[in-house]
Amino acid sequence: MLSLNNIEVIYNDVILVLKGMSLEVPQGKIVALLGSNGAGKSTTLKAISGLLKPEDGEVTDGGIVFEGEEIHHKEASEIVKRGIFQVMEGRRVFGHLNVEENLIAGSYTRTDRQNVRQDIEHVYDYFPRLRERKNQTAGYLSGGEQQMLAIGRALMAKPKLVMLDEPSLGLAPLLVREIFNIIQRINQDEGTTILLVEQNARLALDVADYAYIMENGRIVLDGEPETLKSNADVREFYLGLNEVGTRKSYRDVKHYKRRKRWLS
Amino acid sequence: MDKFIQLTLTGLTNGAIFALVALGFVLIYKASDVINFAQGDFLLVGAYITYGLIVQVGLPWSVSLLLALIVAVALGIVVERFVLRPMIGEPIISVIMVTIGLSSLLRAIVTSFWGTMGRQFPKFLPTQPVEIAGATVPADRLIAMGVVAVLLVIFSVFFRRSREGIAMRATADDQQAALSMGISVQKIFAMAWSIAAVTAVLAGIIVANITELSFFAISAIGLHVFPVVILGGLDSIPGAIIGGVIIGLLQTFVAGYTPSQLALSSVIPFIVLIIILMVKPYGLFGEERIERV
Repeated sequence: MLSLNNIEVIYNDVILVLKGMSLEVPQGKIVALLGSNGAGKSTTLKAISGLLKPEDGEVTDGGIVFEGEEIHHKEASEIVKRGIFQVMEGRRVFGHLNVEENLIAGSYTRTDRQNVRQDIEHVYDYFPRLRERKNQTAGYLSGGEQQMLAIGRALMAKPKLVMLDEPSLGLAPLLVREIFNIIQRINQDEGTTILLVEQNARLALDVADYAYIMENGRIVLDGEPETLKSNADVREFYLGLNEVGTRKSYRDVKHYKRRKRWLS
Repeated sequence: MDKFIQLTLTGLTNGAIFALVALGFVLIYKASDVINFAQGDFLLVGAYITYGLIVQVGLPWSVSLLLALIVAVALGIVVERFVLRPMIGEPIISVIMVTIGLSSLLRAIVTSFWGTMGRQFPKFLPTQPVEIAGATVPADRLIAMGVVAVLLVIFSVFFRRSREGIAMRATADDQQAALSMGISVQKIFAMAWSIAAVTAVLAGIIVANITELSFFAISAIGLHVFPVVILGGLDSIPGAIIGGVIIGLLQTFVAGYTPSQLALSSVIPFIVLIIILMVKPYGLFGEERIERV
């Protein structure tokens, strides 16, 4: 459905952030993109959604193909119309608008206006808490409610592909569970393809059908979640699992070497 | 008592006109964070173009009015395309500087065509006096007030209910997030400037109609938009309306009840401006930043 072929992204004409990044998102699946801070995960999403331009970033090499068409030179509004919707990191709800107005803003590119009303109700069915707060100013919602609103806003655009940038950021563990359950439900019930960027590797690997691990602007490892979960490096660097009871001193040296191999 | 009612009605009309001009100003500020110093000059453009079309070209007033509004919309689009778009990514202060340049440009265009001499505007609104509660008011002022009230209601509904209005407020709130909704920020800017120009042009025509076509008097109204928006809050539409009415009433009452050689009435809005900046810098209804902690 979506494929990135060897793309390169440069900010301000000098800073090379993505160095030959390739990725494949098949229709109807949940694909997770993992990696540490500064690996280029958010940049990858922005390259897809066309939001690089306002930040002075540019795709300088490679190509992004969505449903058989190149989209990396298209405007953000055009890309949303084609069915890709990015839920930005940090939720970014419109703080001075109320909940319902936020949802209407999400439906901006829709051409079938008569169904918008009904879809708002549909979003409220997923997130009953939003229905209770529909006339409240979004800026005063709790973090979890704002994340629900951000996801609900994405649903309003009826996208084929939703890209979620760290939906767990700053939320209580219980809420994170709830949000991830809903993400899975949306994927199953609506058939929406999902590209999920996460720091919380364990959770992401639980819901994903396929996962990529990113370091330094490129993919270093990919595979089925089960395969990745059993990979010793992934276990140690991303899941924080460690063999207990072994002597530390020598392991640390090995760890350092292994880590270095990863990052090179 | 008659004098009081008389002054109240005059003040309300003036206030309504201020509110109309301020509305466009607030709109531009809300959508793009730009303080538009050229807002007052849109009034001049509106008034003089209508004058030119009616008197010099000889078109009926309705057609001229329509053409003036089309010019206003075009002006908004041209400003977005050739002034704002090249400035994307530049600091806001540079864009504000550019609006000062735009203001000079518009003034120069108007003066080069029509000079700065006062002219008799072809009044197309009826002027016969109407008696209200013992005071007499010319009908054109009442009509002006009605027109402004209707426009203000239309705009308020537009922002609360329509999709474009909500998109405009969303853009004001968070440009990048708006972009990620598929909202075209450029289109929103063009729309904000066009609506601002339309309100200003209408205000210009109304002012010329109820007074006369005077370059300096109309410019002065453009200047009064600053006390109005500071009082009401730079980013508040109800604030623009209430601020406009307060300044309009205040100025008229001061003019009516103080000796005219003091000329206090032309200073009073700016005294209010300074006081408001000292005690309530967001204005009466301005949005303070919402921060979750």
